[in-house]
Amino acid sequence: MTDLNHTEGILARYAGPTELLTAARRVAEAGYRKFDCHSPFPIHGMDEAMRLKRSPLGFMVGIAAFAGAGLAILLQGWASAIDYPLIISGKPFFSYQAFMPVTFGLAVLLGAFTAVFGMLALNRLPRFNHAVFHSERFSQVTRDAFFISIESSDLLFDMEKTPALLRETGALEVELLSEPPQD
Amino acid sequence: MKPAEYHLTENPRLQRWCGGIGLAALLLCAVGYAANPVQFHHSWLAAHFFVISIALGALIFTMILHLTGATWSVPVRRLFENLAAPMPLFFILFLPVLSGVHELYHWSHGEAVAKDPLLQLKAPYLNQVFFAVRTVIYFAVWTFLACRLRHLSLQQDEGDDHSERLRRTSAAGVILFALTLTFAAFDWFMSLDAHWYSTIFGLYIFSGCVVAGLAAVILLARHLQSRGHLVETIGIQQYHDLGKLLFAFTVFWAYMAVSQYFLIWYGNIPEETIWYHHRWHGSWKVVSLLLVFGHFLVPFVLLLTRWAKRNLAVLAGFSIWLLFMHWVDLQWLVMPSLHKEGFVFSWMDGTALAGCAGLYLKYLGWLLRRSALAPVGDPRFEEAVDMNR
Repeated sequence: MTDLNHTEGILARYAGPTELLTAARRVAEAGYRKFDCHSPFPIHGMDEAMRLKRSPLGFMVGIAAFAGAGLAILLQGWASAIDYPLIISGKPFFSYQAFMPVTFGLAVLLGAFTAVFGMLALNRLPRFNHAVFHSERFSQVTRDAFFISIESSDLLFDMEKTPALLRETGALEVELLSEPPQD
Repeated sequence: MKPAEYHLTENPRLQRWCGGIGLAALLLCAVGYAANPVQFHHSWLAAHFFVISIALGALIFTMILHLTGATWSVPVRRLFENLAAPMPLFFILFLPVLSGVHELYHWSHGEAVAKDPLLQLKAPYLNQVFFAVRTVIYFAVWTFLACRLRHLSLQQDEGDDHSERLRRTSAAGVILFALTLTFAAFDWFMSLDAHWYSTIFGLYIFSGCVVAGLAAVILLARHLQSRGHLVETIGIQQYHDLGKLLFAFTVFWAYMAVSQYFLIWYGNIPEETIWYHHRWHGSWKVVSLLLVFGHFLVPFVLLLTRWAKRNLAVLAGFSIWLLFMHWVDLQWLVMPSLHKEGFVFSWMDGTALAGCAGLYLKYLGWLLRRSALAPVGDPRFEEAVDMNR
């Protein structure tokens, strides 16, 4: 028996990337927010169709990279000009030229860390399971299948209206996602 | 689709004036040559390379676009092809440099070589005959590549598919291009100070060429669109991508400049540091700092955002600014060997630039009118244009 209490979401399969794009636009227009599109490759224009906001990741990486560069100059300047001044081949203590590789390196390192871990955090990863994995069919998504999934926690989620909307948008198959019965 | 989309028929007034202005400037240059041949040849070398670097940057990018096979770039590729195609003109315009080797290059003075063991060792490479032979080879390679890539692409407009031949030409072409441009940079610019050497110098010149080529393509696309051409063909996505590449190669230029400076600064060998010493003397120091800030730091920070790359006025403004900075960069490379005390603007810098640029633009306008403005016969063209909708 499936009912709203056990249903974690709904999964609809579409014929191809164009159909998926059109359907995503309709689902977003209908007001759904907790939905996602799944395809074997990135689809041009999907972000706008799903009405996704711009990811803040770029700004986070930028801030982290500039912070890394500043931190590197402070660290090297403090170490070689204040804390432990050493004359190295007759050059000034605060030789910004000599600091450039480390400054560049630390900017890239902090930027890259922010990009990787920020991406994981914004995607709420790692997580161990998701409703879409209740579906047998879903494994095809890495080969040749195109899906839209809507989570039951979406405010508009409705046992009748949501599947109807998905069928209306051209879904080939619509499937309710629920925990398989335990023995 | 309006017929004007892909075809340039009118000959705008600006375009008609280019040739006349160019020829008038060349006459003034001849006067300058009679009055002060040393200044003329230095001005001419810098101005000629400023203009040809646009074509060279466009040529290497045409080949990169064929090799990567990216669909987004197909609508703008004809602009690169056309910008690169006037190579034969540049060979003719280079003749004053060949005739002025004695005015430009210290190593061509027999009495100086006789007193200088280092120049004697370099003489098998740095002599007037071999210099001329190498220059002819460079122009032969560039002319061949530019004309062949444009010619095959034009044949595609008629319905043939030459994608494979274009890719093969480009694959061999990038290697030939890298070798010829590296040695051209050594010959034309590094040998101005025949004692000085830097192995990264070719890449430094290359990075400047790519920045100039990309900036020119952005400006040319804007210009054509403002006259009602390519309006539905080139979209914001293409500008955004060109802006990203412009930004990337500005950073790449700085990376090359820093790598060169850094090793010389660290090694601290007088033979190498003298080159930077000349450029840290008098008002050249101001020019050096202008390059650090104007060619890298300011464009880096301001072009970093997505907004700047997608705002066409901002992007065009930066293209003009980076072309200007590229001109400053070439002055900075060439002129300290003539004006040791500081930057001097000679009227011949202006006329040489007007002469080379005028004839180049005239030739470019003629090429643009001769064929479609976009590679309409490319197998990926329809797909690329559809992506803009």
